[in-house]
Amino acid sequence: MMLARWLEYLAFLAIVVALAKPAGLYLARVFEGQPTWLDPVLRPVESLIYAVLGVRRGDEMSAGVYFCSFALFSLLGALALFALLMLQMALPAGPADKYLTTPMTPDLALNTAISFATTTTWQAYAGESTMRYLSQAVGLVSQNFLAGGAGLAVGVAFIRGLARTHSPTIGNFWVDLVRAVLWVLLPIALVGGVILMWQGVPMNFAGYTQAHTLEGPSQTIAQGPVAALELIKNLGTNGGGFFNVNGAHPYENPTPLVGFLALLAIAVLPASLTVTFGQMTGRPRAGWVLLGAMVALFVGGLAVCDQAEAARPEHLAALHLVGGNMEGKETRFGVADSVLTAVVTSNGATGSYDAMHDSFEPLGVMVPLVNMLLGEIIFGGLGTGIYGIVMIALVAVFLGGLMIGRTPAYLGKRVTASETKLVALYMLLTPLVVMCLSAIALVAKDGLAGIGTNPGPHGLTEVIYAYASSMANNGQTMASLNANSLFYNATTGVAMLAGRFGLAGLALALAGRFAAQGRLATTSGALPSDTVSFGVLVLAVVIIVGALNFFPALALGPVVEALQR
Amino acid sequence: MSDAETTPLSSGGWVSLLLQIAAQQRPALLGLILLTLITGAAYPAVLLGVGRLFFPGQADGSLVFRSGVVVGSRLIGQGFSRPEYFQPRPSAAGSGYDATQSSGANLAPANPKLIEQVRQAAVAYRKLNGLAAGAPTPIDAVTSSGSGLDPDISPQNAALQVARVAKARGVGAALVRQLVAENTRGPDLGFIGASRVSVLSLNLALDRAAPMSAR
Repeated sequence: MMLARWLEYLAFLAIVVALAKPAGLYLARVFEGQPTWLDPVLRPVESLIYAVLGVRRGDEMSAGVYFCSFALFSLLGALALFALLMLQMALPAGPADKYLTTPMTPDLALNTAISFATTTTWQAYAGESTMRYLSQAVGLVSQNFLAGGAGLAVGVAFIRGLARTHSPTIGNFWVDLVRAVLWVLLPIALVGGVILMWQGVPMNFAGYTQAHTLEGPSQTIAQGPVAALELIKNLGTNGGGFFNVNGAHPYENPTPLVGFLALLAIAVLPASLTVTFGQMTGRPRAGWVLLGAMVALFVGGLAVCDQAEAARPEHLAALHLVGGNMEGKETRFGVADSVLTAVVTSNGATGSYDAMHDSFEPLGVMVPLVNMLLGEIIFGGLGTGIYGIVMIALVAVFLGGLMIGRTPAYLGKRVTASETKLVALYMLLTPLVVMCLSAIALVAKDGLAGIGTNPGPHGLTEVIYAYASSMANNGQTMASLNANSLFYNATTGVAMLAGRFGLAGLALALAGRFAAQGRLATTSGALPSDTVSFGVLVLAVVIIVGALNFFPALALGPVVEALQR
Repeated sequence: MSDAETTPLSSGGWVSLLLQIAAQQRPALLGLILLTLITGAAYPAVLLGVGRLFFPGQADGSLVFRSGVVVGSRLIGQGFSRPEYFQPRPSAAGSGYDATQSSGANLAPANPKLIEQVRQAAVAYRKLNGLAAGAPTPIDAVTSSGSGLDPDISPQNAALQVARVAKARGVGAALVRQLVAENTRGPDLGFIGASRVSVLSLNLALDRAAPMSAR
């Protein structure tokens, strides 16, 4: 059993690592404007779009203008989605009004709009009882593409900051966005969407089906254009599901194969961005070192989560049951797929869980929680993961510089006081937002009201989980937290905005500073950033920073719960 | 793009910066509209067309028909309580297998409510299948699934129900065991996911091979 589970885990990792190089080199070609085999089809479309937008390919932006373009585009997207959701009851096609039992209140609509425009896709609603088909197919599907593509653009611009010398600019947001959507997301989503339909994911605008079950009672089955959302929600590292239970729903994930492909869609592009990073900066080994650190952390989390979930549930020990923790898990996935999905989605800033994390063992659910608190650096979100892990590397460079008594430098870029300040702000923003909002929720009446069926340390974990998920733009939830209230809609919205624009703003500011620098010649006294020992230093920084920031909170939540008998 | 080819927009000064930012309004607005049309209208439309053409059954939700009537979906679990049918897992979707309200129970592992629910389910399962109190029971039989719509049970769970179903239908256990085997799938590609038995297709096969009226 254990062997079979690890076979699946290692096969997954092997595929991700094997695809990282070809995918990473392809991304580098796309964003450096070099020829690709899709050009004959896409170049004319691209030119047409630029003509309409009034953008010229060679136009370049400073980091500030790049960030403002990104923010403007995201906020306009959020506004448009908000408007669509507020007007959704006027939209044609199903589902019938009687099934839409959750009212689309302004606070829910705003929370959802922010959520999808920031790739968080946190959902305070159940899709099948809240959303019109067209709200999902047009509003949510397009924001899955566009927010995902915008994130990728920012990640690439960040890489350019380290790749360029004496440059006042870091690329053009509109060019990067259009190329991300046309060359990367659309082709994969088209092929993947067809595979998903073949495997059984529905794609229709029919009303809910009335079935006459074998034993007599009728069963109403929710339908919808599920396949349109299913692949891009993972590829864009968004993760918001079509139905309430997201990837656990048999229409969203009809077979384990679909689930496995979904996980590859989440992890491959972010992992391959380390190769893109190495390629564009001319230091391929530095990219591989970052990927190595990611893989090590990934395996560590997997081992802990697997151990917790595969063991016989302790609290049910008296009942003579056979098997691991299957509460909240689907038979076709079993423990292995559920654990792998929890680890990949929490690392990949993607909320598309396929098992109920609220019913995970305390140490099992601590793994996705820690993954989110660390800031999505293990593969991470599309484009956002690369600057997350480079920020950690910069802290490692700083610490290493202190140890050897030299001005720290990374890839020949000096990390002076002002760069270090930006890195420090970046590292502090997540604990600041998550811990402050959690603290507020735990003293506010409206915050405590969200903790429903699971009181005690488990309830505390649910609250921290919600804000960690929002801040990390992940979107997954421990679902018994009742999050559709004005309080949670507002506070998680704040965390999502901080996680998206606060972190990206700091990353781009840093990229702008690096781009303006020259490049130091490598000397024998400098700390090399492409060795195994540097990789170990990066790992140490992740653990030290993570522990310093979050150990007290984790101790009161999952750790206490695990120790309780 | 190399440094030499770039034509910087930025040339310093707050006024110039604000002007540059203001100039992004047009691409932002038109880009949003155009890209929304491509990804939110054209893309779903293409998938809809491909689905209609090549995978009509799946696109419509893998519905199962018997004598021209929809009896359910191959992918969506439904409730069974009679002894002559294989029983699915406990469901937390609505009042049970409500396919308009997918949901797990979302109870914490130490929650007394969960422990009590599972205990009762174990007692009922053992009683129904003629097992001794405290007989080892597959955990999937007594825990609720993530979706509340799990269409499958584990092969171990199915095996324990064979004798009861065979008795209720007045047929040999060998026939029932064979039908279970025919409706069992191993892990996808041999290593992805778990072995499972599809409850609805198994029960449909039973109704065909050993109809209740023929007893």
